[in-house]
Amino acid sequence: MTTSHNLVYLIALPLVSAAILLLLGRIADKWGHLLATLVSASTFAIAAIEFFSMRSRSGAARPAMQDLFTWISVGSFNVHASLLLDQLSICFVLLITGVGTLIHIYSIAYMSHDHDRRRFFAYLNLFVAAMLLLVLGDSYLNLYVGWEGVGLASYLLIGFWNQKPAYAVAAKKAFVANRVGDIGLSLAIMISFAQFGSVSFSGVEAGVPHASKAALTALGAMLLLAAAGKSAQFPLQSWLGDAMAGPTPVSALIHAATMVTAGVYLITRSHFVFDASPTAQTMVLIVGGITLLFGALVGTAKDDIKKALAASTMSQIGYMILATGLGPIGYAFAIMHLLTHGFFKAGMFLGAGSVMHGMNDEVNMRRYGAIGKVMPITAVTFGLGYLAIIGVPPFAGFYSKDKIIETAFNAGGSKGIIVGGAALLGAAITAFYMTRVIVLTFTGTKRWDDQVHPHESPSLMWIPMVILAVGSVASGFLFNSGHALVNWLAPVVNAAGHEEGKALMQPMTVSLLALGVVAVGVSIAILKYRTVPVDAPAGNILTKIVRRDLLQDDFNDRVLVRPGQALTNFFVRMDNSFIDGIVRGVGGIVAVSSTNLRKIQNGYVRSYALIMVVGVLALLTTIWMVTL
Amino acid sequence: MLTAPQLSYSLLAPILIVLGGALLGVLVEAIVKKGSRAAIQSTIALGTIVLSFAFLWRVHGQTSRTAAVGSVSIDGAGIFIQGTILVLSFIAILFIADTDNFAAQASAIPGSQEERLALETGKQQTEIFPLTLFAVSGMLLFPIASDLITLFVALEVLSLPLYLMAGLSRRRRLLSQEAALKYFLLGAFSSAFFLFGAAFLYGYSGSMSLDGIASAIAANSANDVFLLIGIAFLSVGLLFKIGAVPFHSWTPDVYQGAPTPITGFMAACTKIAAMGATLRIFYVAFGQAEWQWKPIILTIAILTMIVGGVAAISQRDVKRMLAFSSIAHAGFLLAAVLALNTDGLKGALFYLATYGFTTLGAFGIITLVRDSSGEVTDLNRWVGLGKKSPLTAGVFTLFLLSFAGIPLTSGFVAKFALFTGAYESGNTVIVVVGVLTSAITAFFYLRVVVMLFFTDSKSESVSVVIPSIMTRLAIAVCAIITIVLGVAPSLLLNTAQTFATFIR
Repeated sequence: MTTSHNLVYLIALPLVSAAILLLLGRIADKWGHLLATLVSASTFAIAAIEFFSMRSRSGAARPAMQDLFTWISVGSFNVHASLLLDQLSICFVLLITGVGTLIHIYSIAYMSHDHDRRRFFAYLNLFVAAMLLLVLGDSYLNLYVGWEGVGLASYLLIGFWNQKPAYAVAAKKAFVANRVGDIGLSLAIMISFAQFGSVSFSGVEAGVPHASKAALTALGAMLLLAAAGKSAQFPLQSWLGDAMAGPTPVSALIHAATMVTAGVYLITRSHFVFDASPTAQTMVLIVGGITLLFGALVGTAKDDIKKALAASTMSQIGYMILATGLGPIGYAFAIMHLLTHGFFKAGMFLGAGSVMHGMNDEVNMRRYGAIGKVMPITAVTFGLGYLAIIGVPPFAGFYSKDKIIETAFNAGGSKGIIVGGAALLGAAITAFYMTRVIVLTFTGTKRWDDQVHPHESPSLMWIPMVILAVGSVASGFLFNSGHALVNWLAPVVNAAGHEEGKALMQPMTVSLLALGVVAVGVSIAILKYRTVPVDAPAGNILTKIVRRDLLQDDFNDRVLVRPGQALTNFFVRMDNSFIDGIVRGVGGIVAVSSTNLRKIQNGYVRSYALIMVVGVLALLTTIWMVTL
Repeated sequence: MLTAPQLSYSLLAPILIVLGGALLGVLVEAIVKKGSRAAIQSTIALGTIVLSFAFLWRVHGQTSRTAAVGSVSIDGAGIFIQGTILVLSFIAILFIADTDNFAAQASAIPGSQEERLALETGKQQTEIFPLTLFAVSGMLLFPIASDLITLFVALEVLSLPLYLMAGLSRRRRLLSQEAALKYFLLGAFSSAFFLFGAAFLYGYSGSMSLDGIASAIAANSANDVFLLIGIAFLSVGLLFKIGAVPFHSWTPDVYQGAPTPITGFMAACTKIAAMGATLRIFYVAFGQAEWQWKPIILTIAILTMIVGGVAAISQRDVKRMLAFSSIAHAGFLLAAVLALNTDGLKGALFYLATYGFTTLGAFGIITLVRDSSGEVTDLNRWVGLGKKSPLTAGVFTLFLLSFAGIPLTSGFVAKFALFTGAYESGNTVIVVVGVLTSAITAFFYLRVVVMLFFTDSKSESVSVVIPSIMTRLAIAVCAIITIVLGVAPSLLLNTAQTFATFIR
């Protein structure tokens, strides 16, 4: 463990910048976005320096620690506000600051016509600070602060255009769904305190071998609930689609590349809990498997380009969660997919933003068509992201996703076949819906109105897209060559290197199988969407169900919202009649006594002196009685 | 041959400096021309306090722990309380420096020709500053005095200037002078009890020092009746200054009548000094006799909390409301006397400091809310102030929330620390009553918040004067400390922990 003094700046700089932009108000309008971008870039510089200095250290000296102050000290319970930068968190720090900086740059142009651009950048900085705190905290409690901070930033940014009631509702929905997950996290913190007397990662890890299975399962379940809320996993997935109400750069940064992957981070960070509790691990597998198929299916029916991408995000994070459920080797692959996904999904979201920018904020893909000709850079960068996500070699997704499918198949027994099959099926559907997005948007005939004049976006917007596209192409190969990432993360997740041999399927078999199903998915999409009606066809009952997000909102409404409201109404009536009755009664008594007490306070010194004398006499009497 | 007694001047320096500053102020009042007097006086007063604090800082590391032939004990709790009093009086003097609150000439009869003349010619006497310093010197001595005579002298030194100061209000002169007279008469009455109690205790133990009394109690050889009467009578004097029921009757009248900055000064500093002395006497001298006096103090604490909390509800005047609130707080503080352990003492020290800042700040805000005829203390006229002056009303709300003990304000941590100490020492009853009465007090604090922000104004306009730079600074400091100690209480709580000791 090395002591560092610079980690705090990673959080402090963007936090101070956000405060400056929010407090100065309109004065900062002219230069606010520049300050925010500069700050974001400098956090990336710090992160890069920390990364290289970490690489120059070896073995146990690699993780860096900074103790800031004693946060809570009650009896034997001590929580330090400390930051921990180890091999796992540096991956996230680089992703957050790197992609974050690109998106800051992109947003300068994207938001240039917005009246409130400064406020937007302040929130972005706030998000970066909170997210960095989330991944740098050395205890669950410190993580929790960041966890809530990103929730706040996400809420503020989804509802950034809250003058539209629908957007404000979307922000609220995201907030409430996240709250449910947050309860999971706070319960997990309470369980670890009750069980281990500590809430730090190292303290909990040290206590795990002595804990009961039941406690570990409960802890794991609560952590999974938290992860499900933040990462839009089943059954808390419903908010992510609506979260697309926020400006597109936000969707790229928060709702694709970074915040929604916090659940994966939480589970990976808590690997010791899940490794010790097979039940909790199986729950993780189930949640991941369901979500990856759920998201992929929803993605097939979305005409809104951002919602299609959002469904895809949900599905890809399902892959990551699935991988974390596969035990020690899965963690590294989950993180690898998380990083490659950060590149290609952020790139595609920025591409979608670029298209919307050129198309007067139209999001309906049925009104796009043939945009590739007028927006070549966007089309190419988006296309590279597309090849990465469907997993064509040698693009990034090929390495990361195939590893997950392979590991899933090798999990052993019927479990391996079910999980692997789900992952493979997901890959086929992914190929279908992503091809659909490409076909509807960039190829075919133009379906937009004549008064729309799509054009390529300014360089401030396409340069970040190009950089991310490069990442979509190369990152997978880099992470995988010589098991670089797996070995890098091994000390954190206790994976004893990459084991091969007793496998159900050889890597080559898995790759060929995956490529086969991808080819099928792509072909179906190309055949099906040779002609695209501008208005969506009615479709059969299945299509309708998928279009309604597999009835997730109807389910929530019937099962949770309405009974909840009925219960609330009942409590309100109880409160008004019964409880208020008691309170009013007590209040009435107090008020009457108060008025009577006032009469004693009559202003005459003689009365006051008399009261004192009576008091003294009472004192003496009491003493006399006590001593008797 | 007689040798001069060892006084240990360096240990007494903080008190002597304040006394010296006060004497200097008297000279200035006589010599310097009227025009420049106020500025010089306030500078002297503030400088004296700073200098005294600097010497106190030096004392806190010294090894010799008694001074003036054992009649003064310099220990952690004493130094903490002295330091708190000095910081708070510094802030109080910033409020007092706004001389608009004080009568032009103390000797003038209210409404007389003389007074009108003094006002018209702008003649303003500034004896308020030396008076404040005299009171402060008494307050510094009171909590560290360790024999009954010194205690009594300190009590009188701090009280006499306060009697005068209460009568110096510029507006509503009659009310102010009436308050001063009441305070004086009842104060003298209670002092007599105190002295009487001291005599009984001497009769019991043959010693005037707290240590001697404690030894006599431990030896358990003398007549218990003398001890009990002594404890009871001595308590009357102390409880009177704290404002505990049934010796509280003066509080609302005097708080209302006195000039508001003086009310703030009294509510904060006097209460702290008296509480400090009470804690010392009960911890050091009567600690061994706890079974005899605990039922009495428990009864008084409960009565004080309930009467303070309940009576405050029907008050229509903001100063009277805060007076009853301060009575309720006195009740909470008595929990620390009952706790009789280090945690309780720590809680009390922290409570006194935070309560002092909040109180000063709240009374500071009251000086700002005025109409053409001066301060407006009728709560009905504060309605809707939040819309007209959001900042003033917002800061006042902060202070009220702290009084009520809402988390993230210093008041919450203070109550928590205090009640924890009492609970751990086994005094569950007082904790339960304390928490319940806290709920009652929260009602009237929050009612004011509702009045400020959520009720539409229908009465004639009340304006908030733009405060002078000193007042602004003082209120800002109080507000910041109220928040900071609510968010990061360990800053002061740890200090209180290290200082929470009494020596014998």
